[in-house]
Amino acid sequence: MRVRVVKAKESSRNKKILIQTMAIAAALLITGVFILAIGHNPINVYSSMIKGSFGSAYRVKETIIKAVPLLITALGIAAAFRMKFWNIGAEGQIIMGAFGASFVALRFADLPKGAVLLSMMIAAVVCGGVWGIIPGYLKAKWGTNESIVTLMMNYIALKWIVYLQYGPWKDPASQGFPKIANFADSAILPKFLGVHIGWIIALVLVVVIHIFINYTKKGYEIVVLGESENTARYAGMDIKKIVLLATFISAGIAGLAGMIQASAVSNTLNMQIAGGAGYTAIIIAWLSGLSAPWMVVVSLLFAALIQGGSFIQTAFQIPQSAADIIQALILFCVLGSQFFIQYKVVFGGGEVRGN
Amino acid sequence: MRESVMVELKNITKTFGTVLANEDVDLIVQKGEIHALLGENGAGKSTLVNMLSGIYSPDSGSIFIRGKQMNFDSPKESIACGIGMVHQHFKLVDRLTAKENIIAGNKGSFFTSGKEIEKKIISLCEKYDLTVDLSKRVQDMSVGEKQMLEIIKVLYRGADILILDEPTAVLIPQEVERLFNIIRRMKKEGCAVIIITHKLGEVMELCDKVTVLRRGKNVESVDIAQTSPKHLTELMVGGAVDLEIQRVKTENKEPVYEIKNISVMNSDGLKALQDVSFTMHTSEILGVAAVAGSGQKELCEALFGLVKLSQGELVFKGENITGKTPREIYKKGISMSSVPEDRLGMGLVGSMDIVDNLLLKEYYTQKGLFINRKPLKEKAKELVNRLQVSTPGIHHPVKQLSGGNIQKVLLGREIYLEPDVLITSYPVRGLDIGATYQIYDLLNEQKKKGVSVLFVGEDLDVLLNLSDRILVLCDGKVTGLVDAKNTTKEEIGMMMAGHTQETIQNKGGA
Amino acid sequence: MEISLFLSAAVIAGTPLLFATLGGILNEKVGNLNLGVEGMMLMGAVAGFIVGFKTNNALLAMLAAGAIGALGALIYAVLTVSLHANQVVTGLSLTIFGTGFSGFLGQKMVGQVISDQVKLSLAPIRIPLLSKIPVIGEPLFNQSSFVYLGYISAILLFVYFLYTNWGLNARMVGENPAAADAAGIHVNLYKYIHILIGGAFCGLGGAFLSLVYVPAWQEGITAGRGWIAVALVIFAGWNPLKAILGGFLFGGLDILGFRLQGAGLSVNQYFLDMVPYAVTIVVLVIAGIKKNSLNAPPKSLGNAYFREER
Repeated sequence: MRVRVVKAKESSRNKKILIQTMAIAAALLITGVFILAIGHNPINVYSSMIKGSFGSAYRVKETIIKAVPLLITALGIAAAFRMKFWNIGAEGQIIMGAFGASFVALRFADLPKGAVLLSMMIAAVVCGGVWGIIPGYLKAKWGTNESIVTLMMNYIALKWIVYLQYGPWKDPASQGFPKIANFADSAILPKFLGVHIGWIIALVLVVVIHIFINYTKKGYEIVVLGESENTARYAGMDIKKIVLLATFISAGIAGLAGMIQASAVSNTLNMQIAGGAGYTAIIIAWLSGLSAPWMVVVSLLFAALIQGGSFIQTAFQIPQSAADIIQALILFCVLGSQFFIQYKVVFGGGEVRGN
Repeated sequence: MRESVMVELKNITKTFGTVLANEDVDLIVQKGEIHALLGENGAGKSTLVNMLSGIYSPDSGSIFIRGKQMNFDSPKESIACGIGMVHQHFKLVDRLTAKENIIAGNKGSFFTSGKEIEKKIISLCEKYDLTVDLSKRVQDMSVGEKQMLEIIKVLYRGADILILDEPTAVLIPQEVERLFNIIRRMKKEGCAVIIITHKLGEVMELCDKVTVLRRGKNVESVDIAQTSPKHLTELMVGGAVDLEIQRVKTENKEPVYEIKNISVMNSDGLKALQDVSFTMHTSEILGVAAVAGSGQKELCEALFGLVKLSQGELVFKGENITGKTPREIYKKGISMSSVPEDRLGMGLVGSMDIVDNLLLKEYYTQKGLFINRKPLKEKAKELVNRLQVSTPGIHHPVKQLSGGNIQKVLLGREIYLEPDVLITSYPVRGLDIGATYQIYDLLNEQKKKGVSVLFVGEDLDVLLNLSDRILVLCDGKVTGLVDAKNTTKEEIGMMMAGHTQETIQNKGGA
Repeated sequence: MEISLFLSAAVIAGTPLLFATLGGILNEKVGNLNLGVEGMMLMGAVAGFIVGFKTNNALLAMLAAGAIGALGALIYAVLTVSLHANQVVTGLSLTIFGTGFSGFLGQKMVGQVISDQVKLSLAPIRIPLLSKIPVIGEPLFNQSSFVYLGYISAILLFVYFLYTNWGLNARMVGENPAAADAAGIHVNLYKYIHILIGGAFCGLGGAFLSLVYVPAWQEGITAGRGWIAVALVIFAGWNPLKAILGGFLFGGLDILGFRLQGAGLSVNQYFLDMVPYAVTIVVLVIAGIKKNSLNAPPKSLGNAYFREER
């Protein structure tokens, strides 16, 4: 018996969805075994995760609040990933966005609320965007590996906030405790239907990004460049300009997520402002196939995973890091499943007569 | 008789996705025989020998080597069986030396040093009249040297069944002669040689037997003595065909694009083009002949504004356009179209459909921020109809089309732009005969319309028949610009090897 | 400030980087860009710590760290080599996995300290003669045997890649897998072996942190060193010997702030903490500018290989 791998005939949409669903099921199964191994009943754990994330109006709100930064950041990351620019620096871009917003919030809180919030957003997009355009420029100019540069800049951004928190921005009113002052009311996003309006911003961005990538010239250029730099050059595109634009957009959007977190969630700037959203959003962008509408669904799923994860932490004493493991397992399974969309395994092919 | 059979293939079938590459193919090759595998592009020749070399596995059918049935799961097993393949696209590592390329993958001592190895290689070279510089890196080698290295690599492993996939495609006529002598030596040493080609002349000159493939099936196996080129062509194409390439007569040849003393540097800072000058005329096909890597790619890119000139000027209709980008050239109302060598890598976006690929050259002329795909949908439909592109629809990703159809989309798009100058390199590479002649017709049609066509080709016969004039490049320099009617293949070959027009004529006169 | 004390500390701080860089080189030489170095280091760090803590046996701890690093690499290898998954995303997932894995297993270990027995067996050993070399002798040759393992590994890998048949085959796989395949080299086998051994090196790098450098357990003990190692692979030009230099250079940067403060110089701690990351970026940029054909990444880096691709 011989086992061979051959390129599959073009896969239908149904087959793709089936395989992806099976991948997620496999991930849940593996995780289940893992939960069992640490002495819990996986079905109980899963069901309390669902309860923990959607079980009451309050929990649904919490889940949505967690989904907002994930969704917005994923939208930003996707813009760069379309260009095959592997921006892993969303974490730092969120932080720098939050820094820009905080700068405005702490200095100009006396202005009218609308003006404060708007200038916070602009400052966030600019600061986040600049944090992304630097690796973009290095890549365009010298081909510097963007994955590592963006990552290093995450650490630098984090150290920068630590410096502010312990140094110049330390709140004198906190009696020596190293923390940055809370924002004034004028710098806090209003609520709509019980959740801060970040969710509306996120949904608007979904539509805007979807249109931008699929129906505008700049979006078209980004996609062509992602497919082949040579083709882009041949078509007369200004590659450097496109890279700078796309990285600015990508990072600027992540920066906006930082503003929303600082303004509506923590009401101040601190080291936990991004809280890993920049990394989780990479997974979301990838799992959604970089498609904006799908990101809504996947973001909610991951938000539920995080929300449910912190719920089971108290209910079953399962550490928060288990959520990381589950995320990684889902990712492994989905990554592996792509293979079965592109190829098929043939058993016993090439068998010869008289053998 | 049976004992001398080295290779026997029976009922071999192989599919790739939906494409049936081989169907019930048989092949028998004897000891001391040079066996040609003849067929058009896409007839399944490479697929068939790749199953012999263990790169692909057949879906069904059997392989016998020296009478023993084999199931190759990898090239390793095939090599162990004495089969050696010289691939059309050389399987060499640029950054390694000749010696390293030869010994990699061999069983042997733990360390790579050792005089034994070099001795063995040198004795092989003497036996077959081969030459190689063992410490030279592949990236510094010419195409001919690389091929020689591939042959040594195969012989070093003790192969006595040799497969050569389109070995002459990249060689100049003089190198071809040398290769044939090497192959004849192999035959004398008792090797079985399978040579894949679509050039009939070579088959008649070199081979003992020929097997013809058509659309994945084998049509016939005959002794060379009992066949003729005409018969073989009919077998290949499947019916009587008129394979004359027409050189269309045109009037009004006027200078349109002047190339004055241009030089271009490549990425390593070496001169890829050196002091190249010529003039392109309207209603003319200017052929370019050169060994691969002689600067033809850089020439096309320079004419199209894709690379910076380190020296020289480009003058289009009396206007100096040196240093302009392709986009600026359009904006000036000058349209120039290029079909790059690497179709999918450069001309088209593989994952996009025909509409989005047509968009590539036009989207920026649209007003506003948004893209309007509507007018292009009509154009795409028209293109599919006019050029008979076979595709499931205009919204099908182009990378899933066959080579000929991809080429039609690309050339079609360029022609729609109604250029004054059309630059094409290797537009028929990988196409079957039908598609090839359609492309030649398209080029002639453009010429009739007054377009100035630059045609970089690899088949000298085609260049001689299709072009009005032929520009020959060697090492980035022009070695000749000749009238296609008054030259010969040999003369072009000499110029491709670096002899200038003058020296050849001097020799001829003496 | 005593220069040789500083150098000695730099060597200790640089050793985890050296191991991880060697791991990265092994991966990349066969054409696989593995961004999971940080994850595999964390896995090795926690496994090494737990085994060392429970058994008080340094050797067992190191073996466990290497094995668990290789296990992480195995996940990566199955996905990228056999299943052709995207190497960038798979590597990132591996880092997420390693982070979760180490956080999960290490949860009950936070704040625990390695026993004196283990510390003693990994204590510095002065090598006669070599340690007498002025200035560098003491820092380089009065170190833990774990550090020496790093030197030896680097030298062996250097010889392996440059002078042995297997090493040549591995380089061929990384440069041009199709050519390697046609030459009868088992491409996937080479990839698996090198990726797995590379993972073991990353695991050892992590274990050095938890067993020698700290030596206690703290969450996220690697603090981004795995990423710096990915950059160091480029800095070293895929050369294991230069990895020693790169590792110690960055080890020096890592401790610079601490040492300068200790010396009573008033420098801003937070900005000094940024230095290794900033220098990494500078190094990458310089590597990008000076690119030439002999100092370039393996040609097939990042691409999956499938024999029947057409």
